[in-house]
Amino acid sequence: MAITITVNGQARSVDVDPDTPLLWTLRDTLGLTGTKFGCGIAECGACTVLVDGRAERSCMFPAANAEGASVTTIEGLAPDGSLHPVQQAWITHQVPQCGYCQSGMIMAVAAFLDQHPHPTDEEIDASITNICRCGTFARVRRAIHAVVEG
Amino acid sequence: MGKWTRRAFIGAGTLVGGGFVLGVSGLALAPSRHSVVSDDAAETGELTTWITVTPDNFVTVLVPHCEMGQGTQTALAMMAAEEMDADWNLVRINEAPALDNYATAYMARPMMPVIPTPFVRGVDYGTYRLARWFGFQATGGSTAVRGTGVYGMTVAGAAAREMLVAAAAARFGVSASECKAASSRIMHAASGKSASFGELAKAAAKISVPTSPAVKDPGSYTIRRTARPRRDIPAKVNGSAIYGIDFTVPGMLYAAVEIAPVYGGKLVSVDATPAESMPGVKRVVKLDEAVAVVADSYWRARRAVLALKPVFDDAGHGSVSSATIFAAFDTALGAAPELSAQAAQVITADYRVPFLAHATMEPMACTARVDGDHAEVWAGTQDPLNARSTAAKALKMNVENVHVTNLLLGGGFGRRLPFTFDYVDMAVRIAKAMAPTPLKLVWSRENDIQHDYYRPAGMARFAGALDANGAPLAIRSRYAGGGDGESVFMPYAIPDKHAEAKDAAHPIRLGAWRSVLNSQHGFFKESFVDELAHAAGKDPYLFRRDLLGDEPRFRAVLERVATMAGWGTPLPGGEGRGIALTESFGSIVGEVAHVAVAPDGTLRVKHVYAVVDCGDVVNPDSALAQVEGGIIFGLSAALVGEITIDAGRVVQRNFRDHQMIRLAAAPRITAEFIKTDRRPGGLGEPCVPPIAPAVANAIFAATGVRVRDLPIKNQPLVRNT
Repeated sequence: MAITITVNGQARSVDVDPDTPLLWTLRDTLGLTGTKFGCGIAECGACTVLVDGRAERSCMFPAANAEGASVTTIEGLAPDGSLHPVQQAWITHQVPQCGYCQSGMIMAVAAFLDQHPHPTDEEIDASITNICRCGTFARVRRAIHAVVEG
Repeated sequence: MGKWTRRAFIGAGTLVGGGFVLGVSGLALAPSRHSVVSDDAAETGELTTWITVTPDNFVTVLVPHCEMGQGTQTALAMMAAEEMDADWNLVRINEAPALDNYATAYMARPMMPVIPTPFVRGVDYGTYRLARWFGFQATGGSTAVRGTGVYGMTVAGAAAREMLVAAAAARFGVSASECKAASSRIMHAASGKSASFGELAKAAAKISVPTSPAVKDPGSYTIRRTARPRRDIPAKVNGSAIYGIDFTVPGMLYAAVEIAPVYGGKLVSVDATPAESMPGVKRVVKLDEAVAVVADSYWRARRAVLALKPVFDDAGHGSVSSATIFAAFDTALGAAPELSAQAAQVITADYRVPFLAHATMEPMACTARVDGDHAEVWAGTQDPLNARSTAAKALKMNVENVHVTNLLLGGGFGRRLPFTFDYVDMAVRIAKAMAPTPLKLVWSRENDIQHDYYRPAGMARFAGALDANGAPLAIRSRYAGGGDGESVFMPYAIPDKHAEAKDAAHPIRLGAWRSVLNSQHGFFKESFVDELAHAAGKDPYLFRRDLLGDEPRFRAVLERVATMAGWGTPLPGGEGRGIALTESFGSIVGEVAHVAVAPDGTLRVKHVYAVVDCGDVVNPDSALAQVEGGIIFGLSAALVGEITIDAGRVVQRNFRDHQMIRLAAAPRITAEFIKTDRRPGGLGEPCVPPIAPAVANAIFAATGVRVRDLPIKNQPLVRNT
């Protein structure tokens, strides 16, 4: 079926089976490979994108449900050539190692900080549940605090 | 990249047919490994195999190792740039392509004895030829900095500088000894003449590569020992980094697979009809050990393969389980090791650790195109030359006809090492069936968790003897599941130390998992030393320290980490500290875990302190990231990691039942390095082994409960009263 999704500010019409997860629509149909496949069961968060500003794990989010919605991926988090404060903090604090989980981690943190501009560590613990196998958590926490402190 | 012929190798007359026949004269006469450059090197500015200088005054360092987050490519380029006196902002880093000329054997050098200078060239060239013959370009064993960095990049950088200086001296009409390099220029102070590396490169490339160039005194470093941002990071925060799974080629199809659940099992039968009628499905491909569905999108392929009901045999291993494997270990270990009779106190203990999965965040993926007698392969691997041989063998092609492009790895940890390229092997066979259409194979997470090369499960049986004063007389152990001299080594001055391997074979597929055999044995030996200390009525830190009189490096690490952690200062009830000390991959690591155990047994690892003697630290902040990462990786395994076997198959399927810790469970980490000029040790792996025993020892200190089986989640931690 053909659906229209606004992806990173652009209206895109895609023809996919209704049960196709948004993840594969983004990656394979639209070529936005910054959003990663990790588990397929919404456990790890590598596929996190923003749907109307909310963090969603796109591997279990049917593309059909994004019809008419505004989807932001890592490629569109900041206007071309610029960096979102979370991305900048990720560079300053040298957060990524292999980096595979970090698109999702950054999207989850960006959405979280929108809702919690001055989070406590407990709120960070409760909300940022993405898996990072390389073990970058200490830097993730440090970088989140750095964004908050500006 | 220039053109290559075999001309560069004709001089190696002592090397016969790719074999290795290298006498003393061969060692002395062999060409320099660094002089293996393309035919048009003088035009392209290739100074050595690893360093090219272009007219724009950029130095390009070719790094023959993959980047999987360990910071290797930046660190190795820093080592080369340091010796060149290059301007770091004028240094580019490229991964060496998967070509024979970039085969690497430097990883063997740290394990070799010191080689007399006249023979270094021959050893370098000979081992390179061996690596080339085997098709070896591996990243593993924590060897990139201590092997390729020390013996390759440092030498290449110093040689390049000498070549540039010689070219400058000729140009200026002065003596080379009067010229100095700095910030990518060569200067002659007396005349005020100077030229950039870029201006000198073509002339320098005509000069023969010096074999034993002078390397810098560490005190004069300006690039090394300073925190340089990793060059791979910017592309990892904006989605532009291309990992193996991200690669696309126009017109490609996608494959999803179901694999025989018991390793070694074969596909007996499958009715392809249910998949064939589904939208987008192009073909059902039967492989020996799997069934693949090829479709026009990954989702359609995956959905269709799940609609199939393939029948696999169990290779005769259908009755194997974790219980039968550990029972066989137990039988193989026999009675507790015998100790001498005069001991005042004898302590015995058994320890067990499970199989573990690598669970890289990027599932296995590989894109391939087979066209006639040629093939192309794109994947993230820890050894693209071995991936090439794997593909060639599967396709019955010569390796020359297979081209591999290595892409970023979404985690490696040993899963993508030589001889573990089942995903490449599988992808090329499916691509052959679809030839010449290119095809991307993506494993599901379930494929990945259930078809790994697992960290070996293991068991150890210890007996220790103390004299009447609590001094240890002996530690004897038997172990099953694998081990080696490094992993069982204990630095402590104990008169009778002995570890004996016992065989208990099982059919589970095994591989190297970050820190290899040290993850099991670190837990075994440092738990048992702790048990001895408590049995002797001594403080576990002081007990260890007093046995390290002859080992000043170990002792310094131990003392520093204890001080840093505030060892001995009072803690609230239910909290405790545990200490552990291990050496692996040429580096010594001490860790202290501070834990809290709630009355209901809930464990929280609050803080981990680490002190690392990995020799000279090349890129300090990136090195620190490896300490942090190693601790978290090891902590996940200690707390919650396990792969269990039932009916011959792996029980766990995905991240719901194969757990890893997340941010909320991640402790604070405080780490520092011992400052030393000693040449670098490894760092990707050595911080993993001490964390499990440090946490187990801390739990004992907090509760009196001794953890002897991992993962800790399986054991109630309710305090002894």
